[in-house]
Amino acid sequence: MPPPDCRLGVDVGGTNTDAVIMDAADRVLAKAKVPGTADITSGIVAAIDAVLGTPGVEPQRISHVMLGTTHATNAVLERRNLRRVAVLRIGGPATYSIRPMFGWPRDLVDAVSVGAEIVDGGIEFDGQDLSPLDTDAIARFLGRVGGKADGVVITSVFAPVSARHELLAAEVVKRELGEVHTSLSHEIGSIGLLERENAAILNGALAGVARDVAGAMLDALTAHGLRPVTFFAQNDGTLMSLDQALRYPVLTIGSGPANSVRGAAFLTGISDSLVADVGGTSTDVGVLTNGFPRESAQGVEIGGVRTNFRMPDLVTIALGGGTVVSGDPGDVRIGPRSVGYLIQRDALIFGGTTPTLTDGAVLAGRADIGGAPGGADWASRHRRMLSEALARADVMLAEAIDRVKTSKEDRPLIAVGGGSILIPDRIPGVSEIVRPEHFDAANAVGAAIASVSGQVDRIFHLGPDGRQAVLDEAQDEARERAVAAGADPGTVQIIEVDEIPLAYLTSPAVRIRVKAAGTLGGVPAESHSTSEAS
Amino acid sequence: MKRLLDPDSLRALARGCAVLGAGGGGDPYLGLLQALQATEDFGPVPLVDLDELPDDSLVMPCGAIGAPTVSVEKIENGDEGGRLREHLEDLTGRRVAALMAAEIGGANGLLPITWAAQIGLPVADADGMGRAFPEVPQVTMHLAGISPSPAVMTDERGNLVIFQTVSGHWMERLERAAAVEFGGSASSTEFSMTAAQARGATVRDSVSLAIRIGEAVSRAQESPVDALIAELGAFRLIIGKVLDVERRTTSGFARGSVVIEGLGVDTGRLIRLELQNENLVALERGHVLASVPDLITVLDSETAGAIATERIAYGQRVTVIAFGCDPVWRTGEGIAVAGPRAFGYEFDYLPVEELAGATA
Repeated sequence: MPPPDCRLGVDVGGTNTDAVIMDAADRVLAKAKVPGTADITSGIVAAIDAVLGTPGVEPQRISHVMLGTTHATNAVLERRNLRRVAVLRIGGPATYSIRPMFGWPRDLVDAVSVGAEIVDGGIEFDGQDLSPLDTDAIARFLGRVGGKADGVVITSVFAPVSARHELLAAEVVKRELGEVHTSLSHEIGSIGLLERENAAILNGALAGVARDVAGAMLDALTAHGLRPVTFFAQNDGTLMSLDQALRYPVLTIGSGPANSVRGAAFLTGISDSLVADVGGTSTDVGVLTNGFPRESAQGVEIGGVRTNFRMPDLVTIALGGGTVVSGDPGDVRIGPRSVGYLIQRDALIFGGTTPTLTDGAVLAGRADIGGAPGGADWASRHRRMLSEALARADVMLAEAIDRVKTSKEDRPLIAVGGGSILIPDRIPGVSEIVRPEHFDAANAVGAAIASVSGQVDRIFHLGPDGRQAVLDEAQDEARERAVAAGADPGTVQIIEVDEIPLAYLTSPAVRIRVKAAGTLGGVPAESHSTSEAS
Repeated sequence: MKRLLDPDSLRALARGCAVLGAGGGGDPYLGLLQALQATEDFGPVPLVDLDELPDDSLVMPCGAIGAPTVSVEKIENGDEGGRLREHLEDLTGRRVAALMAAEIGGANGLLPITWAAQIGLPVADADGMGRAFPEVPQVTMHLAGISPSPAVMTDERGNLVIFQTVSGHWMERLERAAAVEFGGSASSTEFSMTAAQARGATVRDSVSLAIRIGEAVSRAQESPVDALIAELGAFRLIIGKVLDVERRTTSGFARGSVVIEGLGVDTGRLIRLELQNENLVALERGHVLASVPDLITVLDSETAGAIATERIAYGQRVTVIAFGCDPVWRTGEGIAVAGPRAFGYEFDYLPVEELAGATA
């Protein structure tokens, strides 16, 4: 029997859960799409069962499993299954003018917090102590709330400059409470105390969700006799290990759209392009830069809470394969309602009674799917309305594409997602439309790509060697972090550099953000010759 | 009293302060949270007209000095304003009757409200700029001959420095250096004056203006940008998207330029903005459309939210507006302190009504 040499990628989306199996040569061996269920965990199990049950697939060949999921986002939005944490901020006597979680939705505070405290300590932007760390105050706070807390969240002022006070506080937590889930802000977010603290608190609250999802996935795999190495996809489309994901579940919160963009890059071999991912209910248009999704300039809000996560920079419109068309010719309405995963029951082309954009696309000759005859009377009855709707949808799509573009020049567009048959062959501003094979599973393919990253985002002081010296330092550090996350050192590349000078200071300092990424070491797909030789 | 600054008016004020920041002054978001918390803890702050204050009582201009990047980490304690007031009263022998924003534009437009709530004083409906500017002496009090001294600077730890300088220039130099030692950001008061002096030495009603701007945006039925332009009587320089951003840092100031490409009715046009913390100049094919001391603000075309210079990024859909500064900045001395030549440009100031009014 050959050694395990295949990867299984799973992506939980809004409408469906997709799974693919890819071999060492990056060929897609099998794919499965299962409709979303109210209980997403069972969707993961069903998708894994379906793809492993594909004829010809040998489950024992699976060596790695990668999961991209929207569980974390949904748990925050629905305040469901959240753990309650003790919130410790190190920064006194500064920062009292905004308490931890001030301005959060009240019900979310109640759902995640057993109490918050600001203690003396923290770091200055130049690395000195803001004030000495008050470890006694930390112990007193933990003594008061520790019994009720499922975890502890620690955020120090300027932790991205030096993590030493967060690390010392973590030792106090260990001494006082033993092994308890601890979220350290410097490992989660970047500059911006409140946003980083918010993200760290959400992280602590999500620890249970991550454990449940991981457990369900591992159970499903064990049922097939598998014990593969497992990974979670994170916001930037790269992977984190299962252990990492359990410690830092909040970093998985934007993985869905990132997976589609990464998958589009992988399936086409294109590294710079526009990407449209058309699902059942909505379309995300993003930009692929250097093989990775372009990230938003500002942090995003999750469940009414501001974070400083960089998410893929997307324009999302309510336009999908299942989008319902209604009204009369001359006054056609498009969505926002969608028949979602029930398209195979409800759409006209499948014998249903609800006109959808997919029906319009089939009538226009953009796709040849469904069973209902094209000459059937629904076609003649709805032809005008559907063709008007499709024309309107084309305009909406062209506008969304134009909004994400950064220059006038025509750019190629990669069309992925189950609903991408809607996309016409010509769009203003688009030089060429690329439709890869397995377009309908690009998200799961994106999850299965074995790429890991390392990031640095902190303030550097310009020494006598000037700007280049600190840029080099930041890039080396990002590379080291990528390797520490599991990247094969030979493949690590700097994929993003961003520098912002600090204004209004007499001593020159600059905030530098660098991201490095490489392929996961030890994955057969990344060393074809080795695996063939063995 | 003109009004109580309740949570709704504070939210409107924060939006307005961002617009009046002309790209600079820092993100008012944290300032808003501070003011909301202080209002919740200590009650709403009265906004008063300078005419309501006793002639010989003190008005204390105040705010944060230093790097905005530092203030998003090392947030104020909240007690700094009380310490500034106590020492200013000791130094001058007068009672402080109201706090005032030294700079309405950006984050500094809100910080005095947090302090005022803690010490139970009102905030004056005025400021020292009517916008944001980078340097300590770029205030209307300087033009009116008010001395910047004595100035007081403090931090969250309780460290406190008193400055007595021979000029505004020296105040800028010494305070800037001290702010670095305080950790990159500090709280300070300069140019304290009596209420009688303040009536002729400040930009009046600027807090009310900022609140009106914010309310116009939140009340807008159709286009928030149109509502804002109508409220301000501003000129629309271009509707477009950000095509290019270039940043560099020289002698402590973030400089750079932004190119905006016209869309829709403005297709085919290109505008360049020159920045130094604030938006200083708007150019089209070498012609000046607007310049300091008039205000140039980049708005999100959809929400009318003001975009700070450090947040401008490729691809953003923006509307650039320009509007007139307080008339005191258009005097010879005002232009000398804050006109194009004060920022190193080799051209003379012309009011935005004459420049943009001619092309718009």
